[in-house]
Formats: sequence, C-alpha cells, structure tokens
Amino acid sequence: MSANSHSRRDFLRQAVATGAGLGALSTGLTPFMAMPVWAKDEPPIGTWPGGSQGNSVGIGAAVPRTGTYAVQGEDELKGWQLAVEHINSGNDLLKKFSPKTSKGVLGKEVKLYVADSAAKPNQAVQAEQGFITQNKIVLMTGSTSSAVAVALNKLAQREKVLYVTGISGSNDTTGKDCVRYGFRQNFFGQTAAAAIAPVLVKQFGKNKKVAYMTPDYTYGHTVTKAVQDATKADGWTTVTNQVSPLGAPDFSSYLLNIANSGADLLINVNWGHDAVLSIQQAKQFGVLDKMKLVVPYQVPFLARETGGLMQGVYAATDYWWTIEDKYPLAKAFNAEFEKKYGYKPEWGAANAYVSFAHWARMVEAAGTFYPPAVIKEYEKGETIPSLVGDVNYRPEDHQCIRPVIIVKGKMQKDMKNKEDFYDIVEIIPGKGLMQKPDEFGCKLGEYT
Amino acid sequence: MFTWANFFSQVFNGLALGALLALISSGLTIIYGTLGVLNLAHGAMFMMGGYAGYVAYDATGSFIVAVAAGALFLLVVGVALERGVIRHFYHRPHEDQLLVTFGLSIVMVEVVRLIFSSLSKTVPAPAMLSGITSLGITFYPTYRIAVVGIVAVALLVLYFVLYRTRLGMIVRAGIEDSEMVDSLGINVDRIFMVVFGIGAMAAGFAGIVNAPIVSLTPDVGEAILVQTFVVVVIGGVGSFPGAVLGGLIAGEIISITSMIDPAYAYIMLFAAMTLVLVLRPYGLLGVRGRE
Repeated sequence: MSANSHSRRDFLRQAVATGAGLGALSTGLTPFMAMPVWAKDEPPIGTWPGGSQGNSVGIGAAVPRTGTYAVQGEDELKGWQLAVEHINSGNDLLKKFSPKTSKGVLGKEVKLYVADSAAKPNQAVQAEQGFITQNKIVLMTGSTSSAVAVALNKLAQREKVLYVTGISGSNDTTGKDCVRYGFRQNFFGQTAAAAIAPVLVKQFGKNKKVAYMTPDYTYGHTVTKAVQDATKADGWTTVTNQVSPLGAPDFSSYLLNIANSGADLLINVNWGHDAVLSIQQAKQFGVLDKMKLVVPYQVPFLARETGGLMQGVYAATDYWWTIEDKYPLAKAFNAEFEKKYGYKPEWGAANAYVSFAHWARMVEAAGTFYPPAVIKEYEKGETIPSLVGDVNYRPEDHQCIRPVIIVKGKMQKDMKNKEDFYDIVEIIPGKGLMQKPDEFGCKLGEYT
Repeated sequence: MFTWANFFSQVFNGLALGALLALISSGLTIIYGTLGVLNLAHGAMFMMGGYAGYVAYDATGSFIVAVAAGALFLLVVGVALERGVIRHFYHRPHEDQLLVTFGLSIVMVEVVRLIFSSLSKTVPAPAMLSGITSLGITFYPTYRIAVVGIVAVALLVLYFVLYRTRLGMIVRAGIEDSEMVDSLGINVDRIFMVVFGIGAMAAGFAGIVNAPIVSLTPDVGEAILVQTFVVVVIGGVGSFPGAVLGGLIAGEIISITSMIDPAYAYIMLFAAMTLVLVLRPYGLLGVRGRE
C-alpha cells in the first residue's frame, strides 16, 4: 500500500513540477506559488487537512506556568498571545514579518491553546498530544527547557505536526535531536559561547581558573561544554563544575565547593529561578566578592529578581529591549508589547513573537498548511526580517542564523529608568558563531 | 580536589541544612503521627509562612514581626483547615487524605501566585545577622549560622511541649492509641485541632525563617516537601526525634556527597532513604507497627 502511495505521490510531484514549471514560464509565477495544487492532492498527514478545514486553526502551547521556569514561561506566553492577536488583526508590525497576512493565517483565525508544562517533558508531551487529538492543532510551541524542546521535537516528528521551540538553549535541539518538523529561532549554547568567549578573554585575560554551575540536563551540559571549548585556546581551565538538579531548593553545598576552589570566575549556567537563587546565595556565601560572575545564557528578569547582583556582569542574550535604537522593528515591538503588558519585553517574549510571525510568513508563502510544504518554505533559507535584523533558517538543521547580543549589567547610577538593566556591549552576527550544520549530528528525518 | 577546609565547611553546612530540614519535617511528622494524615499541603504551608512573613516585613520592616506573622498566620490557617476540611477525612482512606491535602496545596500555591505573581520576593536577614562570619576553616553566611540556633531553640520548645506538658502527653498518647485516649474522657477532637495547628505553625515558622536564605516563589514548598518526606522516612514516621535525626542525616548526605560529586548529592539522599526502607522500614527511630 505504501509503495502505491509513494508511486502516486512521486507521480503527482513530477506532474506538479512540470505543471508549475510550465505555469512559471507562461505566467511568471515561481514554482513554489503553485504549491497549493500539489498539497491538495496529498494524502492526509498529521492534523492536515482536518485541522485547517474550518474557519480557524489551532496552535498548542505547552509552557511552564509553575515551577522553576514559571516567570520566564509567563513572559513567553505574552509574546505568543501578542503575536496571535496581531496575526488575527493583521497588525502592521506583524505584516513586516509576514507581508501576506491580512486577517489570520491564510484567512483563518488563529486560536492559541495553552497548558502548563511545569518545564517537565512528560507533562508537555501529554498536553500537546491532547491538543493534537482534540483540537487538531496545526502548530505546537512551548519549552523553556531544552528537555521539553527535545521531547516536543520527537513528538512533532512522530505526529507530523510542526513545532517551533520556545526558549531552548541546548545544542541538541537543532543538533543531535533535531527533526524535520522542528524549528528554532533563538540562540543556543554554541552561539552564546562563541559570542561571549572573546569578550570575556578580552575583559578578564588569558589563563583563568573557572568554576561552573551547571543544571543537570541537556541545556546545562551542552552550554557548559560549549563555553569550556570556546575558552580552552586562551588557557581557561575548569577547576570545578557544580552540577545540580533542575529546581534545587538550596545551593549552599555547591557554593562552598566553589568558594574553596580558588576559581577566578564563576560561570553560572543555571536558569530561571535556579539562576536567581544560586546568584543570591553566591552573594550570601561571599563567592561574588571573590570571583567575577558570568551568565552565558541570559535569563529573562534575572537583573530584576537579583536586585543589583547583575551589575557589571557579562551575559549573552537573544534580545534586549535597548537594541531598539538600532532596529526599528524592535522599537515597534517594544512599544506594542509595553502598551499591552506594561513592561519592556524580555527575550522569551521576543523569541515567542518572532517565531510565530515567521511561521505565519512561511504558511502564507506556502499557500497551504500542508506541513511538508511549510517545511520546504523554511528550508528555502530566504533572508527574512526579525527583531534583530535580517535572518534566515538553515535548511540543514532548521536553526535560525541570527545575531547574539552581549550585554553587561549596568550600575545603578547609570540606569536611565527602572528597566534599563543592561548596556549593549556588542551585537555579533550569527553566521560566524555557528558550528557546521552536521557537527552536532543533526539528521532531520522524513517529510512524510 | 579534596581539602580538609572544604570537608569541614561541608560538614558544618550539612548541620545547618539539616537543622532547617528537621524543623520543617517536625511539623509533618507530628501531624502524621497523631492524626494519621499525610499532609501533602505541608510544603504549601511552608511557602505561605514565608509570604505571610514577607507581607509583615514589607509593612513593618521588622524581621521579628515577620517571623511572628509567618508562624501565627499558619496557626490560624492550620486550625481553619482542620475544622473546615481535614477532620472530615480522619476516618476516610489514606488515598482520600492524600488527594484532599494535595488539592489544598494546589489551591494555596495558585492563590499566592495570583496575588504575588511568580516573580521571586526577598525578605532580607535582619541587619545584625547579615554578612559573612569566619569559622576559621571557612566563611559562612551569618544568618545561616543563626538559623542553626533559631532552629535549635524552636525544636527545644516543640520538644518541651510534646514531652513535658500535659498537652504533649495526650498528643503522644494519641499517637499510640487515640481510641483509648478518647475513652478516657479526653476531647481528642480538640486535641487533633491543636495538633494540626501546631504542625502548620511549625511549617509557617520554618517558611519565614528560611525566607532570607531562599528568595520566595510560590513553588518554594514543592521542592522542599520531597526532601521533607525523605527526612521523615529516614527518621521514622511520626517520631519527633526521628525528624531531627533524619534532617541532620539528610543535610550531611547532601553536603558531603556534593563535595565528591555534586551531581549525586540528591541521588544519594534517595539512595539512603531506599536503604533505610529496606533495612528498617519503620525508620531509624520509628516504632514497628505504628502507623
């Protein structure tokens, strides 16, 4: 049976290619604009076509609203909600990303279904599975933990439903655990490390002894390794690596090991509330008086929550609102976001908004919700707008090539307003930071 | 790299960590031992104590007032919950008790989240206890050293109440045989209310004493609850001295393992619990057959 369907599909594909080619010759249309014809004749896949036959289409978001990453999850959720609102109203800002969007995606209203993942992979998968079965969602999102991102990647590939990551910093998400159905907009361990390492070496010098704090899962291990690798050539050595579980209630024993390690720097890879708590307790234990703190993968709200402890601290981030001086889209986004929510967006919200806007663009360009057609739209790797200038998705691993922003915590006296926590040190283009597409073992898998 | 300085600092840290765990666990074990109710809302009560203290601190700027507020607020909450909900579950299956206390904990956590959001809140240590103290071998946060003293006093008070007063005698008799106590003409019902109140107060007190160490979030009780159960299982369910011993053992396991390989600190804690369950299912200081 499968042989039959394949041969039928191959036949159709050839027919469409020929037809589209002829059409392009005669009308000047590109072959890709003929995609709807091609998609319509395909056998059902995932939630297609059932999920997009009504007046609306659903997106399922599994986002942490409780637990260690709850604060960051809420920020992300606001970014998605704003994007959905903009997609449905045909907002001007969204049209900058997706010019064909008028009201909804392909004229269909977008509905966002939300579930709490508590940053736990099983809970996230269960929630999305429910949305797939009950609501026939056409897109999944979520993750503020790479463990969740990797799990949802696998679900996406199995269920043939597209997935755009929320926050996910692990190299594995578009590395060894990459999938055809998954796409990541935001920066990750490798790019963060490659971007921040030269800045750190310039600032602190060569041959430094470093203590690491690493959360015990894919994000933590890959980010720590990436920073270790990126600083090795300059003689930076690891004197201790304190691995702790996600949501550790106390960091005292780890911090004592660090205090007694003789390190010059503390590179803290912990994230969410773990970062807040470990930094506050590092202060209590006098560790921050002995060594310089570095946060290689910046945490939304960290400066706010640690009350001054990020002053003078270097961090790599995806987005910081003051880049608006340089990027008009960032300025427009900040204004829209602040108008609705009353604060400046953090990078989780920015990433959430952009990843939806990009998805809307790809679907509009494909002219169909048929997943393989949308995937191929991403895989064209065209240069498209984002909040941090033009970017593109790499066809080989579905990672967005985008800049990494190095920030440094501002001193209290230099803050121009209560949310002016960081100076922009440098905005480093993404291309030179990224590993070769196959370096982390990415094999995307099948379209169908 | 092993150093004696680090070893001794970790041993001391284990003591400080253990003291706090002992305090939190004592409330849980008293309630379970007397009422037979495994209170899954204990972590949420611990969290609420912290927030009640935070509100009081915010209003008055006094840490002492904050501690009093954290403890008393939870005493009131405890008594109200016992009268309104828990007492209807004494004679129902354990599963029902677990479900109702688990449900209560979700309600408490989400109400706090609704009011205060998930952003963390800090209660600073009192000025005279802030900063760092040299212990010769290592430097240690002054407040954490003070906490060892605070907890020791609190545990002594609890000990005195449980072992040196008429109330305590009745409570302990209630742990052994509540029907007999009832038939002696003592109003067990009221005693149970008081016990649940004291247990909740111990959780609230621990919550606010812990607040300057951890920065509060609505989820602060969740992680600690798991450790508290481990402590109670190691020490012996329903045993007050067991909670103290279990707390200290847990603190030392976390601290000392972290020195050898930090990734195993919490794993070893569960390994120790498993070992105790295999060798002495009723816990180190628990009594066989008591439930």
